[in-house]
Amino acid sequence: MSGQNTTTAIRTRGVTRDFSAGQNTITVLHGIDLEVQSGELTYLVGESGSGKTTLISIMCGILWPTQGEVEVFGTDIYALSDTELVNFRLQNIGFIFQQYNLIPSIDAASNAAVPLIAQGMDRKHARERGVAMLEKLNIADQADKLPNQLSGGQQQRVAIARALVHEPRLVVCDEPTAALDAKSGRRVMDLLREVGVAEDRSVIIVTHDNRIFDLADRILVLEDGRITHDGTDMPEDH
Amino acid sequence: MLWIAIRMLTGDRQKFYGLLFGIAFSTLLITQQLTIFVNLLERGASGVYNVSSADVWVMDPVSRTSDVAYAMPSTALDQVRGVAGVEWAVPHIRGQASVRTKDGDLEGVAIIGVDDATLIGLPKGMIEGSTDVLSQPDSVIIDDVGAARMFPGASPMGERLELNDQRAVVRGIADAIPSFTSTVVLYTKYSQALRYVPGTRNRLSFVLVGAADGISAKELTERIEKQTGLKAETRDEFAQGGVNFIIENTGIPLNFGITVLLGFIVGVAIVGLTFSLFIRDNIKQFGALKAIGVTNGKIAQMVAIQAGMVGMIGYGLGVLGTVGFISAFSNNPTFKGFYIPWQIPLISFAAMVLIITLTGWVALRGVMKTEPAAVFR
Repeated sequence: MSGQNTTTAIRTRGVTRDFSAGQNTITVLHGIDLEVQSGELTYLVGESGSGKTTLISIMCGILWPTQGEVEVFGTDIYALSDTELVNFRLQNIGFIFQQYNLIPSIDAASNAAVPLIAQGMDRKHARERGVAMLEKLNIADQADKLPNQLSGGQQQRVAIARALVHEPRLVVCDEPTAALDAKSGRRVMDLLREVGVAEDRSVIIVTHDNRIFDLADRILVLEDGRITHDGTDMPEDH
Repeated sequence: MLWIAIRMLTGDRQKFYGLLFGIAFSTLLITQQLTIFVNLLERGASGVYNVSSADVWVMDPVSRTSDVAYAMPSTALDQVRGVAGVEWAVPHIRGQASVRTKDGDLEGVAIIGVDDATLIGLPKGMIEGSTDVLSQPDSVIIDDVGAARMFPGASPMGERLELNDQRAVVRGIADAIPSFTSTVVLYTKYSQALRYVPGTRNRLSFVLVGAADGISAKELTERIEKQTGLKAETRDEFAQGGVNFIIENTGIPLNFGITVLLGFIVGVAIVGLTFSLFIRDNIKQFGALKAIGVTNGKIAQMVAIQAGMVGMIGYGLGVLGTVGFISAFSNNPTFKGFYIPWQIPLISFAAMVLIITLTGWVALRGVMKTEPAAVFR
């Protein structure tokens, strides 16, 4: 744990998710109960098809559970209306996608500022905040460049800046180091910890990159839609 | 977010220009073809438009247009003059003749005989010479398009023609709206025209009438018809009759209609395909925006602004292209007097809006169907 005064960032109760496959129904998550505290860097680890992407999608309010409840910082997010939920995500959650999904035709600073622009902040001030965030991530000198003029690691940092620029309370990352070499991967994780993890903020990372397992505060292992391990280290059989 | 939408659109230059080209080409095709169509149709009424002073045209009941007329006995003129409310009435003859040029070529021409005393029936403007020249023996005035056609690169002034074995001398060039078939038109006095046009018992094609003060042209036509048994139409009605005749008796509406439809289909195809590709290429970005917290309404606005921007610029380019085309060919006799009626840009604007709405809606469906959770897959 990196903080002392922690609060519950995420609480799930009996979260189940079914998917239809033709006439069959496949249950991907089986009644997940978990709590994630603020100030934690939590890894969600599992094989492909274990349900980790489904779980993180449900936890950040972009995929409805078939059953169960999800509270994010005390708010039952699936009790909110569609508009309220979208707004909740905009105010409280930062996203880092595996493929970054930066907008190719706007520069790095503007990409970093997207959540602020979406919140209605004027472009000039939003961009200034974007540059400030890029500065924290040591790539302010790349602020005017388009994504295709940046290396993979630099694009990753812009994506991190975009996830943090609006100071969300929950940051979710999908395989943040998958496209990076070991050294760059660790540097990105260090940055995420340094800039992202705070007393009142929680960072959840979906990964299967065993090169960075030692950097986690907590590791949740998911197998066949069930949490089979919850600890500070990976179990020995993984 | 709208700024981001515009940058997304203009950032992908190939597709942006492809979309502009699609809309501009479609607008150009629709606007230009409709313009040519309408102007050609209006030439069906050129015979009426060239005689601006006549309020009412009187003719045999079977006559249909200024070019499709059945001759009346000369007594018709007196009958019409006897109707109350007729300020003036003059004879007007329109006939066909063959002209032999000094090179020996044979050309079919239209002979228009105007009132000897008042010269009512002549076009309003003259390009060369004056209307007074008709008082000289064997004088004819040629229309400008006919002059260019019959005497390419040379002045027709003073040229002698052989009209049905009669001598004619060109002494003036009239600024006239060409006929639908762009036939060479020779204007002369009524008495002279009777010599040029092969003789039948009845030769009077029309009686041109001016309405007295206090009576409308429409009311006068009713009086004339009732009193003389002849057919009388106001200037506007007769002009419309000429247009209708072309619509009913030629394949022009169908041909132009097909081209306009093709313009629309090409627009839908090019714009639809390019816009779909553009949206598909950006679907991950749209998905990411949805996950981050941009509402569907905002996303719809983004797609709408992209479609609207492409539509407006492309439409502007297409209309400018049409204006350029019409201006560039304004000196060509084929396109003489062509203009773009204000309704046509409105029609092509409506077509463009339809194309953009259709293609934008299809593209938007793709974005709306994208679940935010897809960005994690």
